[in-house]
Amino acid sequence: MDLNKRYTPQTWPDHPETATLEGKNKFVGFWLLLAAETVTFASLFATYLALKDKGPSGMEFSASGLFELPLVFAMTMILLTSSLTSVYAMYHMKNHNFKAMQAWLGITVLLGLAFLGLEIYEFNHYVHLGFGYTNSAFSSAFYTLVGTHGAHVVFGLSWFIALMLRNAKRGLNMYNAPKFYLAALYWHFIDVVWVFIFTVVYLMGVIG
Amino acid sequence: MAHDTHDIHRSRAEFEFIKRKRATEMRGQLTSFAMMIFLTLIAFTLVAADFSNYLIVPIILLLAAVQVVLQLYNFMHMSNKGHGMMAFFMFSGIFVAFTIVLTMVTIVWW
Repeated sequence: MDLNKRYTPQTWPDHPETATLEGKNKFVGFWLLLAAETVTFASLFATYLALKDKGPSGMEFSASGLFELPLVFAMTMILLTSSLTSVYAMYHMKNHNFKAMQAWLGITVLLGLAFLGLEIYEFNHYVHLGFGYTNSAFSSAFYTLVGTHGAHVVFGLSWFIALMLRNAKRGLNMYNAPKFYLAALYWHFIDVVWVFIFTVVYLMGVIG
Repeated sequence: MAHDTHDIHRSRAEFEFIKRKRATEMRGQLTSFAMMIFLTLIAFTLVAADFSNYLIVPIILLLAAVQVVLQLYNFMHMSNKGHGMMAFFMFSGIFVAFTIVLTMVTIVWW
C-alpha cells in the first residue's frame, strides 16, 4: 500500500494512531518509554528530596528563601493550557482536519516557548544571585531535576516543529498520524512531570 | 505491509454521528481542563494562605495525584479501550518510582 494514500474525513479510521501495524508498534513502544521516563524522573525527585537545603555549612540559599510563587504559577498555567491545546490538535487530527491541527499545534509550540522563556529567566535570575549549579548539593539536585524537565520541553518543542514542517505539504495520512499522536502524548507527559515539580519543588519548597 | 489498513467508507450520516460524538468527548476534555485549573488554584492558595505544613503537604500531594490521573486517563486517553497494556506499563513505572522515592528519603542519606 502507498504510504501517501489520500484520505477524506469519511474514509479516515476512528483511531488512525493504531490503525496500522506500524502505528500499533509505535504506540506500545512509546508508552513503555513513558513508563521508563517515570522512573528516571522519580530518581531525580528522590535525589532532590534527599538533598533539599543540604550543602556546605553557612550556605546562604534555602528553598523557602529562593523560590517565588507568581512566576511558578504563570509557568504552571502556561504549560497546563498548552496541554489542552494539544488535545484540541488531536481532536482535529481525528476529524482529518489538517489545517486546524497544525494551527493548534502552532499555539501549543508558542505556549511551550513562553514556558521555556520563563524557565530560562528564572535560572538566569538564580545564577545572578549566586545560586549556581556547583553552589551546594541542593543547587545541583534542583538544577538537575528542573533542568531535565526543561530539556524534555526543548525536545518536545523540536519534535512538534519538525513534524509540522516536514508534513506541511503532505497532509494527514497513515504514515504521519501516529507520529503526531505520540508527540502529543509526550507533551502531556511533560505536563504530568511538571505537576509534581510545582508541587514538590516549589510549593513544598516555599513552605520550608 | 506495516502501513496496511482496512478501507473504511462511511455514509454521510455515520460520519456526522461520529463527528458529534467526538465533539461531546471534547467538551468532556474541557471539563477536565477546568478541574485541573481549579486543583492548581487550590494548591497555590493553600500555600499562600500559610496553613500548617502538616495540613498543606498531604493535601497538595493528593491534588497533584488527582491532576495526574486526569491527565493520564482523559488527555492521554488511558480510559479508552485497548489501553490495558499501557496501564500495566505505567503502574509498573509508578510502583518503581514510589519505591525509589521512599528509599531515598528514608534509608539513603538519612
